[in-house]
Amino acid sequence: MVLSPADKSNVKAAFGKIGGQAEEYGAEALERMFVTYPQTKTYFPHFDLGKGSAQVKGHGKKVAAALVEAANHIDDIAGALSKLSDLHAQKLRVDPVNFKLLGQCFLVVVAAHNPALLTPEVHASLDKFLCAVGTVLTAKYR
Amino acid sequence: MVHWTAEEKQLITGLWGKVNVEECGAEALARLLIVYPWTQRFFDTFGNLSSPTAIVGNPKVRAHGKKVLTSFGEAIKNLDNLKGTYSKLSELHCDKLHVDPENFRLLGDILIVVLASHFTKDFTPACQAVWQKLVGLVAHALARKYH
Repeated sequence: MVLSPADKSNVKAAFGKIGGQAEEYGAEALERMFVTYPQTKTYFPHFDLGKGSAQVKGHGKKVAAALVEAANHIDDIAGALSKLSDLHAQKLRVDPVNFKLLGQCFLVVVAAHNPALLTPEVHASLDKFLCAVGTVLTAKYR
Repeated sequence: MVHWTAEEKQLITGLWGKVNVEECGAEALARLLIVYPWTQRFFDTFGNLSSPTAIVGNPKVRAHGKKVLTSFGEAIKNLDNLKGTYSKLSELHCDKLHVDPENFRLLGDILIVVLASHFTKDFTPACQAVWQKLVGLVAHALARKYH
């Protein structure tokens, strides 16, 4: 799966429009993931996962920041997320299947907050981008 | 045995009542073919699928999307018997159409995104959770008769 020039342009533009709301989107994506796919909560036994949790908000901010970073370095996502990739491989070891689940929830958040932004073309590009990020984060698992 | 709480059923039927099946079905199928282009393999006879614009405007895509989502409506009327509702369709998709059940999961995810874009903040996390459960069960029912 390769990000075409059009995909890269779509993703950069999408994150440009999302702007400062990215943090909020990250938090909501996590919230939706925990509700929709309860098995994902197993990675956060140390978190308060209740509604409005400050820990979830904080973590959502981190997730969003990583996505923004990847979008800003879209020609070298592996380079941009290298440290995060190490972290996931060595310490966090989140099963690869879960990145798809979070990706789906992120798309749902974008759709719910900004439906005009998510044209079919942008939907495709963002989905590919989120897949690419997941692939990078699990690349060093074995 | 699938278990639905009264609240879950309400979240499903309440939303479904406001869905334009023709529009939503057309959009969901079009997006499936655009976002996961390998799914176009099942639609050689549909004519022009050469670009997102072509796909969105394709009358066969629209018609088929409506058909698929209408069938979904049947599931919603029979939430307690999805297996029975989809038994024949499952055999059809296996024996005649030869569709990998993974495609049902992909379409389910796309439908969720389409519903989110239509209902925006009304598509709450609780709503999403119930609908993901539903599309997962529909996909499972459609795969059940595969052999």
